Amino acid sequence: MSQVPVELRYAKTHEWARLLPDGSVEVGITEHAQAALGDLVFVEVPETGRVLAAGEGCAVVESVKAASDVYSPIAGTVIAVNLALAAAPELVNQDCYGRGWMLRLQPASPAALAGLLDAEAYGGQLAATGG
Amino acid sequence: MARQTPLHALHRELGARSVDFGGWDMPVHYGSQIEEHHSVRRAAGMFDVSHMCVIDLHGPGVRAFLRWLLANDIGKLQRPGKALYSCMLDESGGVLDDLIVYLMAEDWFRVVVNAGTRDKDLAWMRACAAGRGAELDIIERSDLAMIAVQGPEARARVADLLDADAADRASALALEPFSACGCGDWFVARTGYTGEDGFEVMLPAAEAEPFWRALAAAGVAPCGLGARDTLRLEAGMNLYGNDMDASTNPLESGLAWTVAFDPPDRDFVGRRALEALRTAGVPMKLVGLVLEERGVLRGHQKVSAAGIGDGEVTSGTWSPSLERSIAFARVPSATGSAVQVEMRGKWLPARVVKLPFLRHGRILIDL
Repeated sequence: MSQVPVELRYAKTHEWARLLPDGSVEVGITEHAQAALGDLVFVEVPETGRVLAAGEGCAVVESVKAASDVYSPIAGTVIAVNLALAAAPELVNQDCYGRGWMLRLQPASPAALAGLLDAEAYGGQLAATGG
Repeated sequence: MARQTPLHALHRELGARSVDFGGWDMPVHYGSQIEEHHSVRRAAGMFDVSHMCVIDLHGPGVRAFLRWLLANDIGKLQRPGKALYSCMLDESGGVLDDLIVYLMAEDWFRVVVNAGTRDKDLAWMRACAAGRGAELDIIERSDLAMIAVQGPEARARVADLLDADAADRASALALEPFSACGCGDWFVARTGYTGEDGFEVMLPAAEAEPFWRALAAAGVAPCGLGARDTLRLEAGMNLYGNDMDASTNPLESGLAWTVAFDPPDRDFVGRRALEALRTAGVPMKLVGLVLEERGVLRGHQKVSAAGIGDGEVTSGTWSPSLERSIAFARVPSATGSAVQVEMRGKWLPARVVKLPFLRHGRILIDL
């Protein structure tokens, strides 16, 4: 069973969102997603300033096996990206909820996280699909 | 229901992530594909390759039959234990499979074919034998498991564990590349699919698990098919179904070296078609590519050689040893030293290089 931290919110497409004290939201991919992808060799993050709709492709993770899109869990503007991933994409495999974060968004709406799954619901989705 | 090898339960126990490969449920990695790759390049790794199909052909007519059935000439095999890599073609020169054939005895040859083609291959061999009235028995050895142990330290690790007398162990260690010997009821071959030294060991299915555990205790890393793919690509070795199949011939698949046109009086299945092609000129060739920019080359990406024509990536990956993306591509024969590859709507430059990319841990191309 994959690790699903209770303090985060989740998209069905296996991204997590963390509300930071300043109201911005940090985004990455879940333990389940990184394990399914295998060793990552490239992470392509968006430009800062880009405006994203909820569910819009915002990053590409490329593993030895395949390339996959990462979808923005919420609508917002990109205010920071994790530049360390360019040289060390394996951070996503090693620490997907910490040093493997991908981008920070200024949410378009303060209630943006309300539409996402909590840990219990996301964990339930994984259990239902054998994850 | 996917087929399982005798080591299936052990792979589960070791936490393998599995994948369907040619109808078999096989480990793709046990944690990190890249670490497994490096284990083989730097020390020793092992692969369960029991999904591959071992076929024994017995009978007085077996040598003559295989000289006609296969595109390479098993007439080159003169001593028991010698091995030969060959394609098996259809009449149009299309590749039905690639395989390794071992001379066991004058009336006994052993052939190892791919997992996904086993049923078709057996049917083809039996039909061909019947059609020629060849006197032979074709026996599928599903009682055997096969473990490939590969890497600079692989042979020493295996030799320590051979449950055989000292003479057998000595003859295994003395094997020349591409030859094999019996060790009790085991069969040890100095062959592989990684570009490193090593052994492929065929042994009774029930003995596979204790052998695997003993190798692991000796420091040999369990490796999945993921690492096997990156290793074979770096080593410039084709994968059946990706780089060639029945719709392509060996001359456009980087396998011309495996087709024995000499002696000219040896007829073999597909010979006439390949000779006609050689006379007319082969329009396509298989080349190595190194991507000049960030990204990963993958099978079926489009390739463009400016002013010459188009081609396609047949196999591509991220190379852990070169830290670049590498690929094989089938391109027009006139293609020079540079091409463009389409990746997610963008055309990226790639360099055409001579294969292999790497052999015995040494990088053979300019980075």
